[in-house]
Amino acid sequence: MLNPGQGRGPDSGVAGGSNSDPFPAGLRVLVVDDDPTCLMILERMLRTCLYRVTKCNRAEIALSLLRKNKNGFDIVISDVHMPDMDGFKLLEHVGLEMDLPVIMMSADDSKAVVLKGVTHGAVDYLIKPVRIEALKNIWQHVVRKKRNEWNVSEHSGSVEENTGGGERQQQQRDDADNNSSSANNEGSWRSSRKRKEGEVDEQGDDKEDTSSLKKPRVVWSVELHQQFVAAVNQLGVDKAVPKKILEMMNVPGLTRENVASHLQKYRIYLRRLGGVSQHQGNMNHSFMTGPDPSFGPLSSLNGFDLQALAAAGQLPAQSLAQLQAAGLGRPSSLNKPGMSVDQRSIFSFENPKLRNGQMMMNSSGGNKQVNLLHGVPMGMEPRQFAGGGHMRVQQQQICGGGRVTGQNVQSSGMMMPVGGGTSVLPSLGQQQQQMMLSSSVPRRSDLTDTSSNRVLPAATHSVVFNNFNSELPRNSFPLASAPGISVSYQEEVNSSDAKGGAVITTAGFDNPSYDIFNDYPQHNNNNDWDLQNIGMVFNSHQDTTTAASAAFSSSSSTQRKRQEVVAEQVQNHHQQLPSQSLNHMNGSGSVRVKSERVAETVTCPPATTLFQEQYNQEDLMSALLKQEGLPLVDNEFDFDGYSIDNIPV
Amino acid sequence: MGKCMQGYLDEQFMELEELQDDVNPNFVEEVATLYFKDSARLINSIDQALERGSFDFNRLDNYMHQFKGSSTSIGASKVKTECTMFREYCRMGNAEGCLRTFQQVKKEHATLRKKLEHYFQLARQAGPKETARRSK
Repeated sequence: MLNPGQGRGPDSGVAGGSNSDPFPAGLRVLVVDDDPTCLMILERMLRTCLYRVTKCNRAEIALSLLRKNKNGFDIVISDVHMPDMDGFKLLEHVGLEMDLPVIMMSADDSKAVVLKGVTHGAVDYLIKPVRIEALKNIWQHVVRKKRNEWNVSEHSGSVEENTGGGERQQQQRDDADNNSSSANNEGSWRSSRKRKEGEVDEQGDDKEDTSSLKKPRVVWSVELHQQFVAAVNQLGVDKAVPKKILEMMNVPGLTRENVASHLQKYRIYLRRLGGVSQHQGNMNHSFMTGPDPSFGPLSSLNGFDLQALAAAGQLPAQSLAQLQAAGLGRPSSLNKPGMSVDQRSIFSFENPKLRNGQMMMNSSGGNKQVNLLHGVPMGMEPRQFAGGGHMRVQQQQICGGGRVTGQNVQSSGMMMPVGGGTSVLPSLGQQQQQMMLSSSVPRRSDLTDTSSNRVLPAATHSVVFNNFNSELPRNSFPLASAPGISVSYQEEVNSSDAKGGAVITTAGFDNPSYDIFNDYPQHNNNNDWDLQNIGMVFNSHQDTTTAASAAFSSSSSTQRKRQEVVAEQVQNHHQQLPSQSLNHMNGSGSVRVKSERVAETVTCPPATTLFQEQYNQEDLMSALLKQEGLPLVDNEFDFDGYSIDNIPV
Repeated sequence: MGKCMQGYLDEQFMELEELQDDVNPNFVEEVATLYFKDSARLINSIDQALERGSFDFNRLDNYMHQFKGSSTSIGASKVKTECTMFREYCRMGNAEGCLRTFQQVKKEHATLRKKLEHYFQLARQAGPKETARRSK
């Protein structure tokens, strides 16, 4: 039946034909089957296909192999029925942890089992006996997966580390534009991008420059988040681990990393809630008891995030807001256009001085933020405050980069209040912050003066600082947040005085922040950041700041932190570019990152230990941290995806 | 694959033969040896499970699933058919059917073993060059 030539045929025939491109020869395949006979045959077949084969008769071993060498394989073929671990379990782990294509195989050809494989994320399901013809083509799954990643990453200008040869990459890139079947978020991404480009040119450029490493990301829609919350609640917040949550959510395409990242954010978010109530009981009370309870500290916080992010051109915040809203069960109200408009009129920048003066009055007279709030002219209700945050956001979004300059001017005017704001701070009753603020205040004010006179970025910074100091309490950020950060800020200021450069400022950030996050060894090398980017970020922040200052003039440090966050992110971003660390950011990743950042910063100071705990507890955190830097640009995109249209009103 | 094997082996076995080359001249025989060793273990397990008389059909089905999997992998068509029957009885909870079919499984398994041993013996006698020329 067979002639000698054919007997040897597969070796040459399978991989042959492409002399120029050896692919798929060398494809690294991990094959897992408890049946030694099948395993032996599969190994032989795969080798005949010129793949590099690692065989394994236990799922547990396979998993440890994969974990030990995450980039050591291109694809996994696994039997379904195995004694030590169900093949689907392995599939899940692999999908979540390594994000490798997994092919399931079984002699069981029942529809239910095949379907289970598909829903668990298997890229293919082979019925035993497996034919070599089927194995000849498994490389397509590798390419497809890579290409899907490309589709997302390519749009954001990222570079995907590819295991294959250069030709494959090229091909993928070429195909990327034509591919319409990729990740879900692509569509939103595209549309959002258009929108974004129309709005913010500078930021757009920024993105192009800095976004080099992204992977497809999950967009945490409100529905998805609610699923997530439901799972967490069912498991119990303390016992909820990413894997279980993922299992409960059972969302195809969602990876454990996605969930882990989100969970981290969610935990921080919860902690923040708790911390807020602890630290800022008084102030928050005024908010909570305000006319519109839905505008708790959180909502105001959200508003701020939005603002800051929007300003920075990293708008992930909206989705964050949505998430938070969903989590809180107050989906609405965050972004009310009407609100914002009103607020805007109320808080117009025209007479910052007046406001500042009033603020100072208040500060001197009242000891608590509540007073501040109430004292704020115009009889602003807490609600309005929250709205104010949103308003700003929108403003900034609308204005884009163009406004920055003008606002800077205003902010410089605002600087005046800074002194007052600082003085108010002690009265806030938050010790750590007070510490920070008080210590930092004098320098700042000095700086402010100098800087305000200059048009330099440094000046903006100082402005920002002042304004932000007052804001913290309202935002319900734990003021305690960043002792280290505060230090860094001061450093910044000093350095800026000396050199007056925005870059310097960032540099100052780096050191302190690094101390806090030991995980960021790379930061020290950050010298090669784009000055422009940094400037961008800050400027945008300034916008925010200005708005905020106009509105509140007295509250501090939140924005400051935010700035820090941004700065850090910028740094991270830059740093990571070269190192190309794990970029498993998905969809809402940037948003999450942002929020996490803020949250973390906030939590840090009082609870530096907390921070460390987090890291220790979960490697995820470190991974997240690493990732956080990257998403900067992406955030914008994601955010766009959520653009105003999607915001619950 | 010789005529004597007709009906006992299917095209999967021929696939295995195609995988045999100069680098792996005894691949098919090695696979078959492994198969019989492992399937003997499974048969033993099933025997014990059946002897218990408790008829844990889930367990029986699991064993037979493995047995069937490796049998199909080497193209043992007749064994495979009996395995399928056995699993069908498991699903129906038909203990008597399981017992009866299992005897068939063992019988076919033993028959195949004999035939394959004979077959490999012939192949060895024919020499390495001839092994590649095996055909019906």
